[in-house]
Amino acid sequence: MKNDEPVIRFKDVRKTFYRPDGRGEFIAIENLSFEISKGEIVAVLGKTGCGKSTMFNIVAGLIEPSAGKATVIGHDPFREFNFFRGKIGIVFQGDRLMPWRTALDNVLLGLQILDIDPQEAEQTARTWLTRLGLAGHELDYPHALSGGMRQRVSIARAFAVNPEILLCDEPFSSLDEMTARDLRGEFVRLVRQSNKTAVFITHQINEAMEIGDRVLVFHRPARIAYETRLGAKTTEDKRRSVNNDIMRVLAAEQ
Amino acid sequence: MMNSRTVHALQAAAGIALLAAGWQILSIIFPHYLFPPLLEIVSRTIEILVTRSLLADVLLTAARIFGGLLGAFILGGFLALTIGRSKAAENFIAPVLTFFQGIPALSWVVFAIIWFHGIEFRVLFIMVMTTLPAFTFQILDAFRSMSKDLFEMTMAFRPSRWSVFRFLIVPTIVPGILTAWKVNLGNAARVVVVAELVGATGGVGYELLRQQQLFDMAGAMAWTMQLVLFVLIVQQAITTLETWVLRYRAVSERAL
Repeated sequence: MKNDEPVIRFKDVRKTFYRPDGRGEFIAIENLSFEISKGEIVAVLGKTGCGKSTMFNIVAGLIEPSAGKATVIGHDPFREFNFFRGKIGIVFQGDRLMPWRTALDNVLLGLQILDIDPQEAEQTARTWLTRLGLAGHELDYPHALSGGMRQRVSIARAFAVNPEILLCDEPFSSLDEMTARDLRGEFVRLVRQSNKTAVFITHQINEAMEIGDRVLVFHRPARIAYETRLGAKTTEDKRRSVNNDIMRVLAAEQ
Repeated sequence: MMNSRTVHALQAAAGIALLAAGWQILSIIFPHYLFPPLLEIVSRTIEILVTRSLLADVLLTAARIFGGLLGAFILGGFLALTIGRSKAAENFIAPVLTFFQGIPALSWVVFAIIWFHGIEFRVLFIMVMTTLPAFTFQILDAFRSMSKDLFEMTMAFRPSRWSVFRFLIVPTIVPGILTAWKVNLGNAARVVVVAELVGATGGVGYELLRQQQLFDMAGAMAWTMQLVLFVLIVQQAITTLETWVLRYRAVSERAL
């Protein structure tokens, strides 16, 4: 892959599912095209059921487009499954921690799958747990941790394998606002420090604007209805204006 | 105030004590060749445990139970994972196992006597055939209860098949395996006695047959107690193992 090539590229991607009751096809994504460059944090915003998670699953290589082309680091994430070993880290909507593993063992999972030297792996896992404020909870099982702590473990698990790309599917949606705000801040700091490319799916406008360098707003079936760039220099007035624009775009869908 | 473990132990002891008291009363009312006193049963039970030649019979039966269960577990585990991964395999294998489930244990004993010569192979065959369907279906159920969320999360790391098996499938099916062992242990203990009763020259079943021929109720009870003790000890061992393996599970302070 060339340096200036986008890390994630969707070209006229379409994804359909057969309805289980035999009522034909359900279109989840329709002619979706976009590009994401290295080091960008892109927030994808849309209403529930607009196809955000389907797009996410295509980038993650868990499902295949019905038509069009999706490439990640210049490769097909579904067909070239093994190429992406250790290259993509995912933080899911739920924490998806293995209940039989301690916090430390959960963070170790990806490193064990990647056959990292056990001592080095444990050191890495402990470092990430500490960075996420979980020192002292290494040997706690998930049921003994709060929702916020569990989600921190899942973030540590994603970062521990040092992926090039981070995919986050509404990771803080089930947390209270204070915890979610803290975690959002930590997440952005960690992504910027490590210069990773991140795709952050959310249905909250403020979250998308807080996290994203760029915000993509989806309409149902998933296609880009609005796109804007944000940065540290974006003024409060501009942010308010963008917020209003996004609300108008989302409301227009009804 | 007593803790819940003590209360539980006392409740269990009370049930057994009531059963023993009832037996003792029957031994007073009826002749001893029908209901021998508890003391005689206990002394005969201990005699078996401390007499090397008699204990060898108990251990032989225990080995047959373990051998049969291990064979059924390995074969059942393989079949369960094969069925779990392939619909065609399920269509092919599941009806056969369901058919086997309908065959009484005694029929397998008759088949084994007709088909095979070696006593040990007969017993092994009977044990495997009678416990195989339960092992397969219980492990299959555990496999199918695997969380789709955890599967997708694991797949996101692009694991090898071995990693998926080691890190996801095994921990998922372990509770089912332990339950299958507990359930099948009781079944196996019953079946092995029938198998030994008609086709063996040693073991608890064979000794029970001898007690019947001698019309010795105390002996029959003492040999039966060997099996009961064996099942209780192994059940307790499995429960202890289960408690340790499943220690990650949250337990509510409020009982149901």
